[in-house]
Amino acid sequence: MNAPAQIAPAAIVEHISFAVPGMHCAGCISKLEAGLAPVPGIVGARVNFTARQIAVAHLPELTIADIRAAIAAIGFDSEPIRDAGALTDTRESRALIRATAVAGFAAMNIMLLSVSVWSGADGATKDLFHLLSGMIAIPTVAYSGRPFFRSAWSAVRRARPNMDVPISIGVILVTALSLFETLIGGPHAYFDGAVMLLFFLLVGRVLDSVMRDRARSGVAALLKQTAPGALVVMADGGTAWIAAECLEPGQLMIVPAGERFAADGVIESGASSIDLSLLTGESAPERVSAGRIVHAGTLNLEGPLNVRVTAAGPDTAIADIARLMEQAAQGRSLYVRIADRAARWYAPAVHTLALLGFAGWMLAGAGWHQSLLISAAVLIITCPCALGLAVPAAQIVAAGALMRRGVLIKDGSALERLAEADRALFDKTGTLTLGRPEPVDLGPIAPARRPIVLALAQASKHPLSQALRAALEADGVRPVSLDDLFEEPAFGMRGSLDGHVVSLGRPMRDQGGDLMAVAFTLNGDAPVLIQFRDALRPDAAPTVHRLEGLGLICSIVSGDRAVAVAPVAQALGLTAQTAMHPQAKLDAIARLAAGGRKVLMVGDGLNDGPALAAAHVSMAPASASDVGQTAADAVFLGDSLAPVATAILVARRTMRIVRQNFVIAIAYNVLAVPLALVGVVTPLVAALAMSGSSIIVVANALRLRGAAR
Amino acid sequence: MTGLTLLIPLALGLGLCALAAFFWALRSGQFDDMDGAALRILIDEEDEA
Repeated sequence: MNAPAQIAPAAIVEHISFAVPGMHCAGCISKLEAGLAPVPGIVGARVNFTARQIAVAHLPELTIADIRAAIAAIGFDSEPIRDAGALTDTRESRALIRATAVAGFAAMNIMLLSVSVWSGADGATKDLFHLLSGMIAIPTVAYSGRPFFRSAWSAVRRARPNMDVPISIGVILVTALSLFETLIGGPHAYFDGAVMLLFFLLVGRVLDSVMRDRARSGVAALLKQTAPGALVVMADGGTAWIAAECLEPGQLMIVPAGERFAADGVIESGASSIDLSLLTGESAPERVSAGRIVHAGTLNLEGPLNVRVTAAGPDTAIADIARLMEQAAQGRSLYVRIADRAARWYAPAVHTLALLGFAGWMLAGAGWHQSLLISAAVLIITCPCALGLAVPAAQIVAAGALMRRGVLIKDGSALERLAEADRALFDKTGTLTLGRPEPVDLGPIAPARRPIVLALAQASKHPLSQALRAALEADGVRPVSLDDLFEEPAFGMRGSLDGHVVSLGRPMRDQGGDLMAVAFTLNGDAPVLIQFRDALRPDAAPTVHRLEGLGLICSIVSGDRAVAVAPVAQALGLTAQTAMHPQAKLDAIARLAAGGRKVLMVGDGLNDGPALAAAHVSMAPASASDVGQTAADAVFLGDSLAPVATAILVARRTMRIVRQNFVIAIAYNVLAVPLALVGVVTPLVAALAMSGSSIIVVANALRLRGAAR
Repeated sequence: MTGLTLLIPLALGLGLCALAAFFWALRSGQFDDMDGAALRILIDEEDEA
């Protein structure tokens, strides 16, 4: 409606989505949609603000790069999204929402009929109303109960009972018994209880699933796409763009500056420097030339390279790390969530009680019909409504509070594990530090020359240039316009201003060429050296203190050399292990876990991936590689490290609330079960008790709304 | 009793209509972008033309 889409008739239209993390208001929506619509080749654009994404329908002749350029022209950074997996996740949520809607509809209508029965309808009217209730309830139970029945069945088959087993048995038994009651014209039918129970529990499930989806789409929006493919020299001498998964060993790919390698390979010709931070966590770029091996996912910084592919797709070094990660993650899947741990005690207790009630009344000579009704009442009154709703309600409220503070929690189990952590391991580059260079001091550049430096820096994609540009722009410097601006491979930028030659690039070796630095020259004057460092994240030191105050012993595990780690370790007062490979980090975690520690791993790089997956719980900054973000349980946004401590604090408060809710639920059962055993629980009492206890636990969970403040 | 034969099907029918409407809204993507929907009413369409 807001997007004036031009419909190109009878054309093949392709669809692609981009993550646009920079949009934050209605103006951004209209700017993006209205700005893209007139671009030739774009058929339509639609923003999804919740996911911070834009879906673009375009003609096939437009490439991904063209659309990104169009979005950049409007003033937004964007990343193309490969949307695998995301679809099935939302489908699961959708199915749950549909089941909940059906259960809600049925519960309301049955309640309508039940209220008239409770207010005194009897005889034929009561039987008719029971029959109508049954006709609504039975299809509802069959449809809306499926998520529970499925999960209960698989739990029984694996001999690992969960919450869904008593729920399924209770609901089916109560429905069957009520049907029997209705057919013989008995006094009580519990259809309303069974359906209301399903409704409350489904609300809990929906909350749990919505929480997972919301965090996932948030993370997906931040995912950086590693090279989707490469330009390959074909047999006939021409070039063609080939997708990463179709590359084959032996092919020659041309990788321009500023692009990532799509496959492992050996450099045939060209010289450049590459950013290996994805693999090693090392932030300083590394010089490369012919004969050097390069890995998929690393970034070519300076000049074009011709690379002979040696391994592609599943054979690359990245894929190896991914496999290591998959194996590491298997340990974590053994974690049993708190609700299921409670169910291990709860289910047998409830079933024993129901059975005892049945046996007791049989012995007392009440007859099997009356005894069965009593045990059904026990099952429905003890059905873990409060438990099934209490845990997800507390967790989604806490996750919402954390999300407003810039922490995305992937699921409820992550919050539970976060609360248990008692040992913290930090990666250095990109985690304790920002992972991007920052100029140490702009002082050496005379103010009059700053606009020239900015103009040179703006034209390059090199991380040092980008850092310099950001620092200068933050100072309010405006660029001058330069002539003959060009990027000289393996050096930097050159240009001219009123006939003077200006340059910004790699310093000569004798001027400290090994440092992270760039040199600015004007007309052959003595070069001005600008040094860079990888600064600590703001709040790094207070965060470490807060974590230690919370009882988490912190230390550093880094893939970097000891010399590079030492200043950071000193500044934060932490012990550090250095030069660690992904496997070594895994071993360190395994040793701590064997000692009974619950390790929180905070890391960002691909090299941290296995450790993030293996640790008891893990967090990654939003600037992390997508492997890091995928492996981590929680992602924190922004530069500050403070959200790590906040997340631990909120997770612990959440678990306190969850435990309180368990106590409330147990207290409720202690009151209600004797009533059920005595046989005074009518459908009316069951309905009141059930809604009452649910409201209390949800209200208690809502106290977490301000937990992250 | 005669009132009931009319009222009960009517009540159920209305409820079913609401359920069907909700399903239709869910399928047609009206719940896909809750935050965006809230913001879109602020967009001034006159300016874009």
